[in-house]
Amino acid sequence: MMRRLIYLLPVLAFAGIAGWFWQGLAPERDPTLVPSAMIDKPVPEFDLPPLEAGKPGLKSAELKGQVTLINFFASWCVPCRAEHPLLLTLAKDKRLQLDGIAYKNKPEDTAAYLAELGNPYARVALDQPGRTAIDFGVYGVPESYLIDRDGRIRFRQVGPLTEDVIEGKLKPLIAELTK
Amino acid sequence: MTARALAALMLIVLLAASPTKAVEPSEMLKDPALEARARAIGREIRCLVCQNQSIDDSNADLAHDLRVILRERLTAGDSDQQVRDYLVARYGDFVLLDPPFKAKTLILWGGPVALLLLGGVIILVAARRRAMAGAAAPLSEDERRRLAQLLDRPK
Repeated sequence: MMRRLIYLLPVLAFAGIAGWFWQGLAPERDPTLVPSAMIDKPVPEFDLPPLEAGKPGLKSAELKGQVTLINFFASWCVPCRAEHPLLLTLAKDKRLQLDGIAYKNKPEDTAAYLAELGNPYARVALDQPGRTAIDFGVYGVPESYLIDRDGRIRFRQVGPLTEDVIEGKLKPLIAELTK
Repeated sequence: MTARALAALMLIVLLAASPTKAVEPSEMLKDPALEARARAIGREIRCLVCQNQSIDDSNADLAHDLRVILRERLTAGDSDQQVRDYLVARYGDFVLLDPPFKAKTLILWGGPVALLLLGGVIILVAARRRAMAGAAAPLSEDERRRLAQLLDRPK
C-alpha cells in the first residue's frame, strides 16, 4: 500500500505548485503592489502648509479625535482625476474628515485643478518636497490613508479609490471605527 | 598630449562613468567615504516606482528623493543599518533588494536548503536499500546445483 502511495507524491507535488502559481496569476492580484509597512502604526509626524494662505494647513497632531481619510493627489496625476468624483461623494460622509495633500504640485496648479473639478477636501495641504509622502510610504499618487481617532493608519489604498474599494473595504471600516 | 596621458584620461572617464547610472552630481556628497557608503546602500535599495531597479540605477523622481534622504541621514551620523531601518519602516522589507532572513522569509531562504537536504536523504536511503538488496540472499542448495550444471555444461 505504501509503495503505491509513493507514486501519487509527484502528482500531489505538481498540484500544490500549480495551485500556488494559479493564485499568482489571479487577475485581481497586482504584482507591483507593495505591501504597506505602515498599517496600524501611528501617522508619521508632519506639519504641512495650507494651499491658500490664511486657511489651516495639516498637522499630524490634529488628526486625533476623528476618523480621517488623507488623500495624496496632484494636478499632473491622471488617475487622480478618475477617482475625483468618488472623493466628492465621499466628502458628504459626515462620519469622515477628508483631507488632501498635494504631492509635488505647484500651488497654482493645485488650485486650478480643484477649481476645475471641485474641492472635496476639508483641508488641502501642500507637500512640494514630497517628504511627508515618503514618511507615509507613498510611492505614487494617488494614495489614500484611513486614520482612526487615535491617529493610527488603519487602511491604505495604493492607486485610485474605486467604487468596489469604497463600498467593500473603506465604508465597513469607517463604520467600525466610528462606532 | 602623449598617448599614455590620453589612455589614462580615457580610463578615468570610463571608471567615473560606469558604476552608477542615475546618481546625479548635485546629489553626491563631498566626503568620498560617505559617498561610497551611500552608493553601497543605494545599490541595495529598491526603487518602488520601477521595481526591479535599485535607486542608484533609477531616474524616477522618488528614487532621487530617496537617494537624497539616504545621504542626509548618513551626513547626520546614522549608521548604514539605521539608514536601511529608516527606509524599511516606511516601505517594508520590500524596499531591500536583498531580503533579510526572518520568519516571513523562511521559505524563501530555507526552501532550497530543505529541498537539497531532502534530495540527499532520498539518495542515501535508496543507495542503502540497493546495497542491502545486493548483499542479501545467499544461493540456496537448489540454485547452487543449477549454477554448477550451467557452468559445467560442455561448450
